[in-house]
Formats: sequence, structure tokens, C-alpha cells
Amino acid sequence: MKSFSEIETTVKRATKGVGFSWGVAEEMGKNIKLLEMFGLPGLKNVNHYFKIYNKANFENINSISKLNNPKKIFCPINAGLNFFDQSHALSEFSHLEINHVAFPLLFIPFLSRASEMIGKRIFLHMDKKEFLLNFNQSIYSNYLSGDILEKAENIKIQFLENKNTFSDEEWSEIYKISENTFVEETEELKQSGAGAGLTDND
Amino acid sequence: MNIQLRDPKYVMKLSRLGSFHQSKLSFLRSFLNEFKDWEYKKDLFELNSKGFGRAVYSFTKNHKTYSLVCFANEIKDDERSDRVIATKWDAAFTLFDGMPNKLDLERLQNEVPKQEIGRLSYKELALSRANKSVRVFDHVVESLANGIQPDKNILSKVGYLYRTTAVYGSGKFGLADRFRIKNRKEIRGPFRLEMMLVYLVRQFTFDQVNHIAKNRNPNLAVELDLNICRNLGIGNSTGLGMAPFIVNHPTLLNNWILSRETALKQIREIENVSNEEFEIFKTCLIKSIKNITSWNTDSEFQNNKIKNLLRDLEKFINYLNKSLNFKNSFLFNEIYFWIEKNLSDECIEYIVSMMMEPYPNIVENLIQNMSSDEDKYFNIPVNRTIEELRNILEANYSEILQIDFKKEENNQNFWFISKNKEEPRLANRFNDPGSDLEQPLAIARDIKKLYEVIFTKKNSLTIGKFLMGHDELRHVVRRAFIIEKFPYSEIQDNTIGSKLMPIDMLRLKLSFFGAVKFDPRSDKWLRICMFQGAPLPIDLKSFNDYWIYNSLN
Repeated sequence: MKSFSEIETTVKRATKGVGFSWGVAEEMGKNIKLLEMFGLPGLKNVNHYFKIYNKANFENINSISKLNNPKKIFCPINAGLNFFDQSHALSEFSHLEINHVAFPLLFIPFLSRASEMIGKRIFLHMDKKEFLLNFNQSIYSNYLSGDILEKAENIKIQFLENKNTFSDEEWSEIYKISENTFVEETEELKQSGAGAGLTDND
Repeated sequence: MNIQLRDPKYVMKLSRLGSFHQSKLSFLRSFLNEFKDWEYKKDLFELNSKGFGRAVYSFTKNHKTYSLVCFANEIKDDERSDRVIATKWDAAFTLFDGMPNKLDLERLQNEVPKQEIGRLSYKELALSRANKSVRVFDHVVESLANGIQPDKNILSKVGYLYRTTAVYGSGKFGLADRFRIKNRKEIRGPFRLEMMLVYLVRQFTFDQVNHIAKNRNPNLAVELDLNICRNLGIGNSTGLGMAPFIVNHPTLLNNWILSRETALKQIREIENVSNEEFEIFKTCLIKSIKNITSWNTDSEFQNNKIKNLLRDLEKFINYLNKSLNFKNSFLFNEIYFWIEKNLSDECIEYIVSMMMEPYPNIVENLIQNMSSDEDKYFNIPVNRTIEELRNILEANYSEILQIDFKKEENNQNFWFISKNKEEPRLANRFNDPGSDLEQPLAIARDIKKLYEVIFTKKNSLTIGKFLMGHDELRHVVRRAFIIEKFPYSEIQDNTIGSKLMPIDMLRLKLSFFGAVKFDPRSDKWLRICMFQGAPLPIDLKSFNDYWIYNSLN
């Protein structure tokens, strides 16, 4: 088994090896390590992408907007980097779409890290696959095959507002149970607690 | 009194970092303190009469075990090489997480002696190999077999029986990744397990010479005297592979230097230094001189440094004895001002290390801050502005921004990874091929380039927008935002200039390991000694923390 450290170092070098800058290579090393740690086939996908990278003519995306359509097909690394770099501004949109992205799995770690940076969960529809990116702590997905994904026709990105998964009523119920661990204070203890006997107007 | 931390632009110069010495913060000393109450055991010792075979040693506490697995191999003299391109070694080692079973041992026997071309697993934590110092090893075996102890003069010239030529950890060749160990409560600082490996290898070298001597002459042989053992360490040959580490781990570098600087600041702020504290300082200093006078090297560069260090120490002791009133308040601050004014970098840093000796309470609190969760600081804060970035560069890199990289001498070298051994190397940009594949280690040059590029950009432009057209500067933008939080994270020097001494970079790291007797064999590699004077495993329950100055050599 290859260690995550070996994966990071080798992908970093390979990214530079196909012509990206060292700064981008550092990002890709971290990203593929992240995918592999989350159990997604990052190395397999980046390996296939790099094999065709210099032959195919992938399109770079500069400023990401609400709807993004390439003339040909977007490079997932460039699209991911720009998404990450603009994520504070992009999070103002509730939804955005990017169509025709090559090897879209490589796009995901940029979004996962953006989720942590902006402090919002991100929900991703990639054709029929779904990914919930949880502040870069985990990725919840219905994509489990471990295959290479060569292209996504349509990627929908949704920034989720920070809200709980439960109702106020459910919270009150669980809180009430937690109160079973509290002890009623005696009058004497109340009198001698912090701040007792002092005026707060001094 | 509030003493300021020393300025990073002063401390982080390569000539200063290359003058660092071991101290109470050094990892091999903190390792021994942290593992002193662990149970040591020799679990397996299956060597043939010539000393070839396998052995297992372990440390155990509360059901947690770490084991050193050793394989001693027969190699021909012409196969023995300290260079990283070697493929055979006298012995190969791995530190195993737990106690290996039979199947583990069989697997390790196939893989560990192959080193870089073998495959390790998440159960193994560190990997190493070592070669005999043949002259010393043979002399020791010969003497012991004849019933006498070896000649201490021969031993003292070298200081060890074996020297390691590499110690790997953190996921290399399939070893366990750092995340598997970083939250263990017994791992309180960096490189603890690598230190454990080297320490147990040292014990193996003693057991091996005793075993061979006994087999050679069962009736007459004696065991190596324990005091001689204590005064032997483990050697190490280190090359350029180690140099980029301190550039590639900026937050870790910061935490090492910041701990040292904080210790110095707190010691200078002590108003009343007790007689006892001052005596500890002075005694360690006087005793340590033996380590310098027994420091053997053929390097003219190092011999000059040693000569100057001895001359400066003599001057300093004279000052202590004749001029300093040790009843003065803020005594160490007064001493610090004097050494800054009167001594060389090498001796200043030597005395800074010594100042820590009387203060375990200060040092031990800092040791736990010497690791770093590096991934936490990887993301570039893309919503910050060019104005903020420019301010960071001007505040933290002002001297680097003065370097003229159009001059050939400032741009002479480049760092690359060698194809045959995947190790970092340094070459001349104007004579050697490969500069197009330069590693991102020319930080000063690239920071200057970044500064020039952003000079004309709008103050309000966000970093995210700026990066859209400047991928080539992404790595240094990241570093700039790291140095903002970690002021000692960057070498404040040119790592590609013609005057670069790469061994300064090695020396910095090795001093934090706790190495002594730096012996440069060129400007690109050196030999060192570790654990010389250290307690043996049987002494660990109770030992003197100043052991490093107890060397008989």
C-alpha cells in the first residue's frame, strides 16, 4: 500500500511534470491525498487526466459566474483553483452551474476546502451523482464505484445555509433529557457563588 | 523587564542558523526524558557466530510497545558505502508499531534490508540502515576477544561503532503516515520515533560486538565496559537530502526556532539568578569544552570554526571569572549583551544553548510546542488584498528584497531532484543541465519576483483575483501569509547564491536533533555523532540530564 505522504509527494511532482506551476502542484498533492483519505479514487483519475492533458486542449475558466459554458471542455484543475480563489464572492450565489468539465472528481477537493474556508456546506450534483461536502471534514456521496469519471455534462453547486438538521422541538426534547445530569443548588451555595455579595455597579 | 524576541531577520540568516548547537530543546534529549520510564527489553537475538542475523528490542509502557527490528548482513568491504546510492549495508533497521509476530518478521526480513526499493507498511514507523566504522569495530571485537578493553584513544577519534546513512519516517516507502501517530500522548514532539530507532540501534551495536567477541574466543572474551559504551554514540552521514526539509516545512521550522528564542527571552528576563542556577550554567559550559577539544574533523572550514569557538570560549570564561558580577540582577541579560558585542555567531549560539541548562521548567513547557499541524496553514486566504500582501512582504522580507537577482552570483545555483536516487541536489545554473526542472526552493528570488509583480497592482485587488493570472507565484503567496503568523518560518537568506554553504542548512536541523561533532566532509555533506555520553537503556530509570557533557572523550 502506498502511504498518503507518498501519494501527495508524487502527485505534486507529476502536476509540475505535466506543466503546471509549483504552487498549483502543491494544491494538487494535497487534493489527491484528500480524495484518497476520503476513499475516493483521486490518484486513478488524476493519472488518466495527466495522460491526455497535453494532447487534449482543455479550456481554462477565468472568472466563474452563475452559469458557465465552455466552447470545448473545462480543465478541472483550473476550474477548481478559480472556484477556490473566488469562493468568498461565489458563496453570495445560492446556486451556480458549470457545464462540461473533464475528470470532474479532480474538481471536488477544491470545493471541499472552500467549504471549510467559507464555513458553509456545499452540495454538488454531478450529472446523477451527489456529493455533500462538509467543511472539508467528510464527503457524503452516492458515488461509490471508484471508477474513473472522464466528464461531467453538468455540475450544479449549491452553497447550503448554516442551519441545523433538527427542529426546535427536537432540540427542546433532547435538552430536557440532558437536564437529568443537573443538580439543584442549595440556598447557601447560591449565596456564595461567583459574584455573590458584590455590586455590579462598582 | 520585557525582553523582545530576537529579530527573525537576524536569527534566520544561514550563517547564524549554521552556528546552532544542541540544547536542552534537542529531540534526542527530550526523547530520553519522555521515555525514561518505559520498560526496555531485548526480545530476540538470533545472530550467528560472525554477528549476522536478526534481533528485536522494545520499549513498553501501559500495553503500548515500540520495537526495533534489526537485520545484520554480511557485505564485502567494497560494497560498503555511506553514499545514498549504496544498495547494501552492514545492518538495516525498522521501528515497528507494537511487537512483530513471526509473519511480520519474515516480511520485514525480505523488505527492510532493501531499504528504498523495499515496501514497508503502516505497521512500521521508521526505517534506517547503518555501516560499521570498520576500523573501530574490528579493533573493539579484537580487543574484547583477547580479554582486554579497546584503546580509548582509537574510540574517541570516531566516537561510535556504526553510522547510519539514512533515517526515514513519515510515510516514506509505505511507512506509517504522520497522522497515525501525531495524536499519541507519548509523542510530545517531532522526530521522537526516529530518535528511538537510533537510540536502540546504538544498543544493538554494543550487543553485536560482545556477541562476536564471545564467539571468537569463548574462554577469554570480555564484554565491552559499560562506561565505554556510554561514551560511544551512533554516527550519521548526512547529505543534501536534509537541506530542503527546513524550506518545505515553514511552520515546523518556526516552532523550533520560536521555542529556542522564547527560552532565551524568558531566561534573559529572570531578575534573580540563583547561585545554584549560575553554577549549573558554568559547570555545563566548562565540561562541554571537552566535547570541543575532542571534535575531530579534516574540514578546514570546521577547524576554523572550532578554533574560533575555543578562543571565544576562553575569552568568555575570562569575562565570567574576572569582569562579571554574578550578584547583578538580570544576569543572563547582561551576559547576552556582552556575548553579542564580543563573540562570534558560533560562540553566541553555543552560550545561548548553555543558558537553557539550569532551566528545565522553562524548556519543558516549550518542547510541547515544537510540532506543527502544517495542513492547517496551507490554504491561501484569498479574500485578503494586495495591500495587505505588500505590507507583509515589506515587513518580513525587507533584506531579501534588497538582493539583486540579475547578478549572476545571486542566481548561480538551482535545486533539483536527482533521477537515479530521487534525492535533492544542487547544481550550477550556468554550467549544468536541468534548471528548467528547478525545485521551488529559491524562496528569496521568488518572493522578490512577487513583490515586483504586485508593485503595480491595485491595493484593493483580492489575492484570489490576483492569482487568476499568476499561477507561477502561488507557492510564494502561500508562504507570505504563513510568515505573517509564523515569523521564524523563513530562512532570511538566498538559497541559490554562489556563497551558499548548504551544510548550514543541515547543521540547523541536526542541532535540533541533538547532534554533536559536526564533521563536514565537503560543503554538501557531513558526519555527526548522536547519543554520545547518553545513558544506556539499563540506566534510563535514573540518569543525569547533563549527560551530554559527561563524555570521557
